Amino acid sequence: MATPAASLPFRDETFRDDFTFRNSPETVLRAPFPFDKDSYMYAVNMELHKDGRPGTAFEEPIDVDEHYVSEMRDRALVLDEDPLRCQSLPHMTLAGWDTLELLMTCKAESYPEWFSLERNGDQWRWINRPLGIDDTFTFGDETTLPYGPLEYITRQAQGDFCVLDERQGNFWMDAGIVTTQADWSLDFDIGMNFFEWHAPVPLAHEKGIFKRALKYLLSIQQGNPARRLNWTMTVNPRLDTSPENYHQWGPENTHITPENVGDKLYLRIELQSFWRLPRSNALLFPIRCYLLSMHDLTTVPKWATRMHRVLKDLPDEIASYKGLDNYRQIAIDYLAPYDDGKPTSKGPFPD
Amino acid sequence: MSSRIVPTILSRPVYGTLTPTTASAHLLIADADGGTAILDLAKAAPAGFFDSAEVCYVPGADADFSDELQQLSPRQFHTSPTIQALLPRLSRTFERLHMGTSVYLAGSESLIGLATQSAMQAGLDYQALQTEHRGTLARRVQCVHCKGTTENVTTQPAECAHCGLLLFVRDHYSRRLAAFQGVNINAEDPTDVPPKIEEFT
Repeated sequence: MATPAASLPFRDETFRDDFTFRNSPETVLRAPFPFDKDSYMYAVNMELHKDGRPGTAFEEPIDVDEHYVSEMRDRALVLDEDPLRCQSLPHMTLAGWDTLELLMTCKAESYPEWFSLERNGDQWRWINRPLGIDDTFTFGDETTLPYGPLEYITRQAQGDFCVLDERQGNFWMDAGIVTTQADWSLDFDIGMNFFEWHAPVPLAHEKGIFKRALKYLLSIQQGNPARRLNWTMTVNPRLDTSPENYHQWGPENTHITPENVGDKLYLRIELQSFWRLPRSNALLFPIRCYLLSMHDLTTVPKWATRMHRVLKDLPDEIASYKGLDNYRQIAIDYLAPYDDGKPTSKGPFPD
Repeated sequence: MSSRIVPTILSRPVYGTLTPTTASAHLLIADADGGTAILDLAKAAPAGFFDSAEVCYVPGADADFSDELQQLSPRQFHTSPTIQALLPRLSRTFERLHMGTSVYLAGSESLIGLATQSAMQAGLDYQALQTEHRGTLARRVQCVHCKGTTENVTTQPAECAHCGLLLFVRDHYSRRLAAFQGVNINAEDPTDVPPKIEEFT
């Protein structure tokens, strides 16, 4: 991969080994903080994904931030080690081309200084300046790209991507690229329907969350994408918290102490969006990961207060499922001095 | 004898009771105690049912119903020494299966799972297959770490036969892999070795 030009605002950092990942103050402020009130419970928290608020991660339909180039380098490392992280069942190739078109057009429109797309019939030229890519290919002809269409474009897009086929009134996870996941395996779940791949989640099935969520998702139409936020916590800014490598990163879960919690424990936010694709009628489901250290949170008083209250009142079953048991109390104690006990303002955004 | 399987999470398969259909042909596949499910089905089957039936059977060491099944006089009766040995034949059988043939699977979850996988690879819808669980609860378990599959897992936790990690056997199940998921149980502290309990017998 080419080194980006020095004038581009992308950080050179790692998400493994020496963990040099850091957020700039601007990136902290634009993060999609996942709590719109002082407590958390599973909900069908869907909203339309358009007309994004300026200065936030919602501003552009496909967000590109200062971590872009380094995240793509980390993805390439994961795929080298484990090619099963990107898979597509045979009937999903068309949806891969749909995905390529969507991501290229969104990025070229939102960030013309970094990306451009020239289309002349089936002959497309794609320029990605941050990654030093300038490729001409034939749309629909896999032999003209170095990878399949899904892998090609998602090696150039932050976040994981699942591609869901619609059949029998359900969505089936029949393709995807998954290298920045909160401990689930695409290789295991590929081919499952919506209820099956969510099967291990506690409490939410009983509350009817997944039935209502599926109904909402099935109604999504082209041009009207939707989004929701999800969250967990991660020790160290590790993007690839995969079950495949759990035996390697698992010990880090026990390394949080009152001394290191501020810089070593991260709120892991997933910005999930849902896009109906035009040719295949599949649903593209990007899961974009944002990491905020506990220290980052303390730079936004409202967020530190709220995080403290959410962690304190979180049902034990959810805390265990999210894997927080080793360090939850340490995080609560760290954040407690930032909670003045007063009400917080409505909504997720900083005051 | 009914299945001892308790429904847990939604990816965990559940099974029914084989019921004879009025299809023009029938393919019945069973192992060990699954043979008794075919014998029970035969009691409810209309006259002539087995004239258009193929039975594929894998006898178990302690449960061999080959003779009883053969006495049903199916059009074709085939035995295989192991499930693995049956799979190449099944793959071809599903490929050339006539439209309108009813498929019945009975016995261990491994037999049902592997036959379902073979049927799906030939383009059949898994929801069109009748299934009935009888006999062992032993599981096929895919190690999420090394991707090797361990057969006949009866303990919780269980050792991966490929990489040796001690695995927690989840109820999360992949039809595509015909396997339950195994995740290292002591990743956070490898010196903490919980005892193995016979849970899937």
